[in-house]
Amino acid sequence: MMSRKSAIVLGGSSDIGRATARAFAKAGYDVALAGRDVAALEPDAADLRARYNVEVGLHKFDVLNTASFDGFVAGLPALPDVVISIVGLLGVQQNAESDLAHAATIMRSNYEGPSLILGLFAEKCLARGSGTLVGVSSVAGDRGRASNYVYGSAKAGFSAFLSGLRARASHGGVHVVTVKPGFVRTKMTEGMKLIGPLTVEAPVVGDAILAAVGNKTDVVYVSGKWRLVMLIIKTLPEAVFKKLKF
Amino acid sequence: MTLVSGWGRFPVVDSDVLRPRSFAAVGEAVAAGTIARGNGRAYGDAAIGTVRTVTMTGFDRVRSFDPATGRIRLEAGVLLADLIETFGPRGFLPFVVPGTRFVSIGGAVAADVHGKNHHCEGGFGRYVDSILLRTGQGEVIEASREQNSDAFFATIGGMGLTGIILEATMRLRTVETGWIRERVICASDLDAAMRALDAGDSATYSVAWIDCVARGKDLGRSLIYLGEHAGKDELTEGAAAFPVGKDSGLGVPVDLPAMTLNRYSIRAFNEMYYRMGARRAGGSRVVSLYPYFFPLDSIADWNRIYGRRGFLQHQCVIPEAGARDVLGEILERVARRGDASFLAVLKKLGQGDGILSFPLPGYTLALDFPVRGDILNFLDEIDRLVVAAGGRLYLAKDARQSRATFAAGYPALQRFNAIRKSLDPAGNIRSKLSQRLFDEV
Ligand SMILES: Cc1cc2nc3c(=O)[nH]c(=O)nc-3n(C[C@H](O)[C@H](O)[C@H](O)COP(=O)(O)OP(=O)(O)OC[C@H]3O[C@@H](n4cnc5c(N)ncnc54)[C@H](O)[C@@H]3O)c2cc1C
Repeated sequence: MMSRKSAIVLGGSSDIGRATARAFAKAGYDVALAGRDVAALEPDAADLRARYNVEVGLHKFDVLNTASFDGFVAGLPALPDVVISIVGLLGVQQNAESDLAHAATIMRSNYEGPSLILGLFAEKCLARGSGTLVGVSSVAGDRGRASNYVYGSAKAGFSAFLSGLRARASHGGVHVVTVKPGFVRTKMTEGMKLIGPLTVEAPVVGDAILAAVGNKTDVVYVSGKWRLVMLIIKTLPEAVFKKLKF
Repeated sequence: MTLVSGWGRFPVVDSDVLRPRSFAAVGEAVAAGTIARGNGRAYGDAAIGTVRTVTMTGFDRVRSFDPATGRIRLEAGVLLADLIETFGPRGFLPFVVPGTRFVSIGGAVAADVHGKNHHCEGGFGRYVDSILLRTGQGEVIEASREQNSDAFFATIGGMGLTGIILEATMRLRTVETGWIRERVICASDLDAAMRALDAGDSATYSVAWIDCVARGKDLGRSLIYLGEHAGKDELTEGAAAFPVGKDSGLGVPVDLPAMTLNRYSIRAFNEMYYRMGARRAGGSRVVSLYPYFFPLDSIADWNRIYGRRGFLQHQCVIPEAGARDVLGEILERVARRGDASFLAVLKKLGQGDGILSFPLPGYTLALDFPVRGDILNFLDEIDRLVVAAGGRLYLAKDARQSRATFAAGYPALQRFNAIRKSLDPAGNIRSKLSQRLFDEV
């Protein structure tokens, strides 16, 4: 019997993380969930086992603790076929403007940590000659906006990291996917004003990630409408963009 | 504050809506005037708190499943749609499903929903073994037929008024396929329809779609759909054992002007519907469970067909004796008015299980009416016929019945109130529905 494929979700307790783990388990993958609070992930692991009769592993992972990354990867029972990083922190832009520690946490959570961990997995996958790495970035990284440029710039860095990694890794049989979900109705966005037609539910993101892995897509805008919106926003001349309260 | 309404979009009420993420947060959310809300498929005001509405759909985990027994433990926010899609392909389905799959486990327990099999297999609550309940008093209790049995039977059909259901353990039925062998019977009038339903007593599933604009000798003409679970050997070559629940992609993007539904469009639709059904009558065919159980689900937001002012559903049950005359009288009045839904649903029910469960042995008739004109008075008159016949109205569909109609229909109300009081002495758990019908003023 061929052994089942496996996927690990970093940031497994987020709404998108849960939905993504479900999508992969449903497709027959054994999954591992990694997060800061392993006990809090237990119910999700039980859910996946009961629903899809797959193996589910739980691992402690803190994206801010970069010193632990080597040990984390070495401690996994096997190198997964698919590694998905969903970790991120929206933070509060206004606070980040004056609180350097908060700004740094946002930057590290969205750029430094995710990039380093995927880079590390990339090395192992390249050595094996196969694997898929998925980074959930954001449309916010496509252009810095007055209202969230700390977060946006970190996502921009992450997007650039992923595209470079993709270019390099593709020669070694490893595929890298960049996901830009746009507005998703989740814990993170609760209470925010989201634009209805541009907003999707978490399971839509999970399914899009699964499809992108299968189809070897490079960059996924989960709702196609965002590709157009961001194209327009990206091409606005700086002189005009600056004037928009956006 | 948010404007909240049920599926019928009437009434629309201001409420503080919370979406807790942990059971602890559910507990903290309970304050005076709180009710749980599932997926908002109750038509009227059952899932709107007088002060606060606690949405449970975030709790969508399966806790455990035993394929040897079909026993499953679920969080209350899991939707039946999810359950069917996940466990159907593994050979398991809920014993009871209502006419839409977009209801939550909590909502299905709280309304003790009935399906097309109530006449022989009972309601949703019959297959629930235990529930984890957060009472208005602040305790979390496990209730079953043996343990806290008063709380158990008050919660089944109790419209959320005993507390917030956090989890439920229930049994799933095993099926060979996700297909239904359907047989259509054509009934030319009400007597024929009732006879056909009686004859269908031994069928697992049965329901009649009545043309409620037909009058005179055609009064009550209908198509009766009988159904059985199909075995693998009944499927056409190459068909998957479990069909996919496709969305038709149809949807109602805006509120249609109330004009769209008028006696002419309805009559034309019904004529076509009846004739198409009549052509299939007699024979049997195998259909996917989705169109069989959930005919309306493929049209998203169909409630907008009735326009911005919303609509009312009137679902009564009439005890078997004397049902023929009362149903005839109701249908006659409805046909004369001419603004009811295209199709009314008639089916037989058996005994309900919960203290406030709607079903009782007899016939249930469900009709939709747009909110306009003198509809409230008209329905009050229909209610008088229902009460006189010893019948009652379904709380999950109600938005307007009077206290007197309610009290007459539910003689176990005193007992229910006593249990409710013991679980929630301060009276924290309240909905717009309970305020309208139960609570002391
Ligand atoms: C198209 C359509 C067809 C339908 N067909 C049928 C049918 O054939 N048979 C039938 O019986 N019903 C039918 N219904 C009604 C529907 O099944 C019930 O109203 C059901 O209760 C809706 O579930 P919900 O999760 O949407 O709950 P809601 O509408 O959100 O709430 C309904 C009730 O359940 C309570 N409740 C919800 N969750 C909890 C919880 N966690 N703890 C405690 N109480 C809770 C609420 O307080 C409220 O009283 C139909 C409805 C529609 C829209």
